[in-house]
Amino acid sequence: MLERAITGIRGTGHRVVNGVWRLGYASRFFLAVLLHSSMSFRRFHLTIKEIYFSGVLSLIIILVSGLFVGMVLGLQGYETLQKYGSESALGTLVALSLVRELGPVLAALLFASRAGSAITAEIGLMKATEQISAMEMMAVDPIARVVAPRFWAGVISMPLLAAMFSATGVFGGYLIGVVLIGVDEGQFWSQMQAAVDFRQDVMNGVIKSCVFGVAITAIALFEGYDAPPTAEGVSHATTRTVVTSALAVLALDFILTAFMFRGL
Amino acid sequence: MERKTLDLWVGLFVVAGLAAVLVLAMKVGNLSTFNMSESYELKADFGNIGGLKARAPVKSAGVVVGRVTNISFDNASYRARVTMVVDKRYQFPKDTFAKILTAGLLGEQYIGLDPGGDEVNLKSGDNIAKTEPAMVLESLISKFMFDKAADGDAKK
Repeated sequence: MLERAITGIRGTGHRVVNGVWRLGYASRFFLAVLLHSSMSFRRFHLTIKEIYFSGVLSLIIILVSGLFVGMVLGLQGYETLQKYGSESALGTLVALSLVRELGPVLAALLFASRAGSAITAEIGLMKATEQISAMEMMAVDPIARVVAPRFWAGVISMPLLAAMFSATGVFGGYLIGVVLIGVDEGQFWSQMQAAVDFRQDVMNGVIKSCVFGVAITAIALFEGYDAPPTAEGVSHATTRTVVTSALAVLALDFILTAFMFRGL
Repeated sequence: MERKTLDLWVGLFVVAGLAAVLVLAMKVGNLSTFNMSESYELKADFGNIGGLKARAPVKSAGVVVGRVTNISFDNASYRARVTMVVDKRYQFPKDTFAKILTAGLLGEQYIGLDPGGDEVNLKSGDNIAKTEPAMVLESLISKFMFDKAADGDAKK
């Protein structure tokens, strides 16, 4: 009985120590990426290549989902608003929910599954096939050459993708609300413009997506760099990237929202 | 992929992203319609502000001329003190009347400024002396009901 209790407590302790150790390792890794990022700006074409992979190639999924989310918001919002005879507030509803929450969060979740998983798999495989060790042998710093450009590419792409998501979403809401259902176009835009504040709503959305970009790429890079160099290890790391970054995005979103929109 | 094509795509991507922010700012947000470059501050004390919130518009003749920046409770007079910023292009006489109005039946509340006839204009930091509190539905209904009751008594 006592033996069992001691084993159980030891197991808990082991897990806590491991967790803290990993957290510290991840923070040191993040710091190393920041310290070694001068190369990704001096040789900017490295970063540009990664922006192409994580940003430009994510465009299709971001734009299509943005359009459809906006259209669904238009339909559902109209259903509810017309019960109170305030269909003209449809523009406000679509724009505010997209710009404040759905744009940054959904774009970040899509970015995590589209680009984050790819980053983890790529770096994990580079490690598994010993390309990273080979770079070290040639006195090329893998963090500066491989990791940092991907980090900055993600941080640059994320807010741009989120802004495009919101803009196409508003367009989708316009298509459904004004073109299909026939809400008055002038009221749609003017009520939207009266309610959406540039600094308070649009800029806070951009700040949110920047934070999400940092979180997702940092998690994806760390998981890839830390993955055991086996097929199974890489596959587990990829799964963990998607799960952890999705949870991190949702948790960060709650914290940021609590700070940004409290008392409004 | 060739470097030039790559640069082109990434350039297009960045331009499209910035264009999206610009669309959000101009078409969705109010950066184009209401842009206060220079403004001055006014204060007004109200007996009841109803549902007025910070950032609510300040309108005169239906045109947005400013925004409410702060609402606080003055413990000396037991009244609500509303601070607002008004665009410098719009000047109002000293005896301007400030009312709390509602847009539509259930819409947001805003401050309406009715200019008076004074020669001297309000300066930054001035207090608007003449105010009218917000219309509160409950007090309106109770007033109406008391009037009805009084009518009924009179008829008897």
